Amino acid sequence: MALLRSIAISSNKTITLARSARSLTTATLPPLPYSYDALEPVISGEIMMLHHQKHHQTYVTNYNSALELLHTAMDKGDVSAVVGLQSAVKFNGGGHINHSIFWKNLRPVNAGGGEPPHKKLGWQIDTDFGSFNALISKMNAEGAALQGSGWVWLAFDKELKRLKVETTANQDPLVTKGATLVPLLGIDVWEHAYYLQYKNVKLEYLKNIWKIINWEYAGEVYEKEAQ
Amino acid sequence: MALRSVVSRKTLAPALRHYRSLTTFTLPDLPYDYGALEPAISGEIMRLHHQKHHQTYVTNYNKALEQLDAAVSKGDAKGVVQLQSALKFNGGGHVNHSIFWQNLKPVSEGGGEPPHGALGWAIDKDFGSLEALVKKINSEGAALQGSGWVWLALDKEQKILKVETTPNQDPLVTKGVSLVPLLGVDVWEHAYYLQYKNVRPDYLTNIWKVINWKYASEVYEKESA
Repeated sequence: MALLRSIAISSNKTITLARSARSLTTATLPPLPYSYDALEPVISGEIMMLHHQKHHQTYVTNYNSALELLHTAMDKGDVSAVVGLQSAVKFNGGGHINHSIFWKNLRPVNAGGGEPPHKKLGWQIDTDFGSFNALISKMNAEGAALQGSGWVWLAFDKELKRLKVETTANQDPLVTKGATLVPLLGIDVWEHAYYLQYKNVKLEYLKNIWKIINWEYAGEVYEKEAQ
Repeated sequence: MALRSVVSRKTLAPALRHYRSLTTFTLPDLPYDYGALEPAISGEIMRLHHQKHHQTYVTNYNKALEQLDAAVSKGDAKGVVQLQSALKFNGGGHVNHSIFWQNLKPVSEGGGEPPHGALGWAIDKDFGSLEALVKKINSEGAALQGSGWVWLALDKEQKILKVETTPNQDPLVTKGVSLVPLLGVDVWEHAYYLQYKNVRPDYLTNIWKVINWKYASEVYEKESA
C-alpha cells in the first residue's frame, strides 16, 4: 500500500513537470481580404487602416500579453492572478474575435458586397423577421440605441434553430449572450468604427454599411451551423 | 366630521398631483469659444461635443422626463422602471458634460495652472504629489474598457480624495453617494478621436494643459467645509 502510494505521489510530480512543457498558442492579426480603401465611400480608407492596424492589432498584442501572464499564473497555481486576468482576457480576446468576424462581414461592392442573402438564409430571415428590410430596421434601431460602446449582431440560435438580433457591450463576444448563439454578422458601433467619417451621426453609418455587407459569408456560416 | 371627509387625502391628492410641474433642461453655454482650448482640444471636437453630443443628451433626457411624468401620473410602474435606462444614460450625459465644460479653461485664462491652497495640500496628502495624481488619472483613463469617465472625487464622508472611473454616462455618484466630482475627464472616443485617433494616452497627457483647477478648488473648499 505504502509503496504504491509513494509511486503514485512521485508520478504526480512527473505530471506536474509535464504541465510546464504545456504550450501557448498566441494570436496574430489576420490580414484584411481587401485593400483599405476598397469599402469606400461607405467606410473610408483612413478608418479601415486605423481600425485594422491600430485597434485590432492592439487587441491582439494585449491578448497575447494577457495569455502569457495567464500561462505563468496557471503554472504557479496563482488563482488570484488567474481570476485577476479575466478582464483583460475577455476585453482583448473579445476584441480579437469580434474584429476577425467583422472583416469577413464586409466586402467591396465590386466583389458582391451588399447583395442580399438568397437561399436558406434568405428564407430564414423572412421566417424570423418578416422581411429583409424588417431585419435591417431592427439592427439599425438596436445599433443606434446601444449605450456606449458595443456590437449589434445577427445571430443564429443553434438550439432554438432561429435567427435573433442581439447586442453586446464593449468587446463582449456574442457567446456571452448565450452559449448556443452563432454570429453570422456583427456590426461594430464603437465610435472608432465611424466617427472620422460620420461624426456623431451613428445612424448614417448604420444605414450605409448594408451596401458592403458580405451576405455570402453569413449564408455559409448559417448553412454550416443549421445542419 | 363632514369636514374630514371633504378634505380626505383621496380628494386632495389627485388635485395636488396635477399641479406638479416638470422642470426640463437646456444646454448650458460653453464659458469659452470652441477654438479656445486649442491645441489641446480642437475647435471641431469642442463644437461637435457641445452642439451635438451634449445637446442630444439634453434633448433625450427631456423626452424621457416627459414620458416618466406621464407614467408616474398614470401609476404605470412598468413604464416607470423601463424609463430608468434612458434617464440614467441621458441624465448622466447631461450631468457629466455640464461638469466637464467647467473643468476646462483656455490657457490664457489660467487653464493648466496647478491647484493651490487647500486642494493642493489635499492632493499631496492623498496622492503624494500632483504628478502622481495626474499619472494615476491617466493610467486609469487609458485602461478604461469601452466608453466612460475618469474622475477626481472628494469623498465627503471619509474626507479624502479618490480617483474613480464610471462606465458610459454613469455619474460619479453611482460609485458612492458621498462622492463629489471635482474633475471629470471624458474618455469616450468622441472626446478625442478626430484629433488623437486611437492614441487616447496622448489626449490624456495633453488635457492637463487646459484643466481648470480653480473650479475644482472651489468645489473642494465648499464641500470639505
